[in-house]
Amino acid sequence: MSGSGQTSKDRSERPDLPEDEGPLAPQAQTQVETSAVDSILDDIDAVLESNAEEFVRNFVQKGGQ
Amino acid sequence: MIVESTPVTVRRVMGTESEFGISQPGRPHANPMRDSARVVDAYAAPLGLKSAQAFWDFASESPLADARGFLMSEAHADLTQLTHLPEMQPDAQYLANVVLPNGARYYVDHAHPEYSSPEVMTPREAIVWDRAGDRIAEASVRALSGTREPVSLYKNNTDSKGASYGTHENYIVSRETDFDDIAAGLLPFFATRQVLCGAGRVGIGRSAEAAGYQISSRADFFEEQVGLETTLRRPIVNTRDEPHADAHRWRRLHVIIGDATLAEPAMLVKMGTTSLVLGLIESGRCPRLELADPVAALQTVSHDLTLSARLPLADGGSLTALEIQRLYLDAAREAAGESPDADTAEVLAEWERFLTGLETDPMSLAADIDWVAKLALLEGFRARGLDWDDPKLHLIDVQYSDVRREKGLFHKLESAGRIRRLTSDAEVDAAVERAPESTRAHVRGGAARRFPTQVAAASWDSVVLERGDGRLVRIPLRSPHVLTREAVGDIVDAAATADEFADRLAELAGRGD
Repeated sequence: MSGSGQTSKDRSERPDLPEDEGPLAPQAQTQVETSAVDSILDDIDAVLESNAEEFVRNFVQKGGQ
Repeated sequence: MIVESTPVTVRRVMGTESEFGISQPGRPHANPMRDSARVVDAYAAPLGLKSAQAFWDFASESPLADARGFLMSEAHADLTQLTHLPEMQPDAQYLANVVLPNGARYYVDHAHPEYSSPEVMTPREAIVWDRAGDRIAEASVRALSGTREPVSLYKNNTDSKGASYGTHENYIVSRETDFDDIAAGLLPFFATRQVLCGAGRVGIGRSAEAAGYQISSRADFFEEQVGLETTLRRPIVNTRDEPHADAHRWRRLHVIIGDATLAEPAMLVKMGTTSLVLGLIESGRCPRLELADPVAALQTVSHDLTLSARLPLADGGSLTALEIQRLYLDAAREAAGESPDADTAEVLAEWERFLTGLETDPMSLAADIDWVAKLALLEGFRARGLDWDDPKLHLIDVQYSDVRREKGLFHKLESAGRIRRLTSDAEVDAAVERAPESTRAHVRGGAARRFPTQVAAASWDSVVLERGDGRLVRIPLRSPHVLTREAVGDIVDAAATADEFADRLAELAGRGD
């Protein structure tokens, strides 16, 4: 997990903490879960609206409650 | 009187409201009020339900003007009328507004179509009839798909350009409970509940000024702790008090802080934990803790994907969101007693499972909670080289909530078995057609289902039917707990005519509640 989506660089920047050592850290578990999702990404890609930039620009709402 | 020895339960009258995001593909300047009216009418008109096009005429000629909650008009309910409304019509005329056969209200609220579910008694029922609303929205989209102006609907809360629209919950609460106690008990709970049921959102700030991801889609739009407003200076605890019931006995707590929940396990936990916390407050067993700044805490929690931020307390200490939730869970478990009912036991077990998962590995809840499911999906695309400010990630955020099963990414994940489902299609389809039997919605929905053309007016607390002789008969529904299926027997389905339906139910209602 990373705060507000900003990837933590702690591991790679600290030579005393190699990446392939120790128990499964939360960051590593995230990778496992993400790879499980990976097989569906192509299915998702196939149904995504074609022009993301235009779609996002055009998605304008009035406020509600 | 709720005494301290009464076990708390998730069971209480509750309901949900969804305001759907609306757009015409490729036409950002289409009038959303007109399109919202088209959406409601496209669904209601083929059912023979009268839309509200003649709402004002009817009200002005009728002694029923006080039923202004929602009225169904006499005439001109054909589909063509609303689907071909001129673009330049004054917005005030886009007033489509109906009671559906399932007891819900489907109408235009500001610039969005809104589905207000019928009253139900349990979190499980709340999921079923909320999800029925999603199906109704989907059916509206399909009905308009063949027109020259197709419309898309999204069960979400923001366009990330500054606008937000609500997903509300309603809970009946004892009038004996002091509102200050309700607010004090709910503030720490609501500031942190999002970890259990947030929808997730790409972008930080009302207009996504900063790149990144956050837990709640609504948190950035709240400014006050307690207040009456729902669109400006939004408060964490809303004080609107229209009980739609006997006001001496009940208040309706109108909750505006929630996100649009799609994942059913998260919705079960959202509704169930909130009902339990209200039970704790009503019986004087709520944890006593006060955040130093609940609005700041709300946003801190939403922006902290590590779930480790410490939230300052008024007395000087600090707790994390998960620690606060644990305090509420412990109190609820204690107050539920040795043998809670099955609905309560399920919610307590899920609350525990969610907190344990969030404490150890949040991604383990990707099949349960929207913010986690969406994050897992987005991280998959980020691993392919996309940054948080990439339009494609914003698109995924919006399209997650598309109500169409073949387009909505939530629906794709769920049907692929990657999000847990608690209901069945058969249950949800039935809830599109029929009202819950556990509340007065049984009578309201029954009237719209059996005798749509004879319903002259309806609101949360009354139904007016027109008899064959032209006389109007009002069936009062003074409390959500009256005129349930159990109380009225088979009248709703057995009445041969609208006259019999109206006379027998009006007589039953007249005996008091």
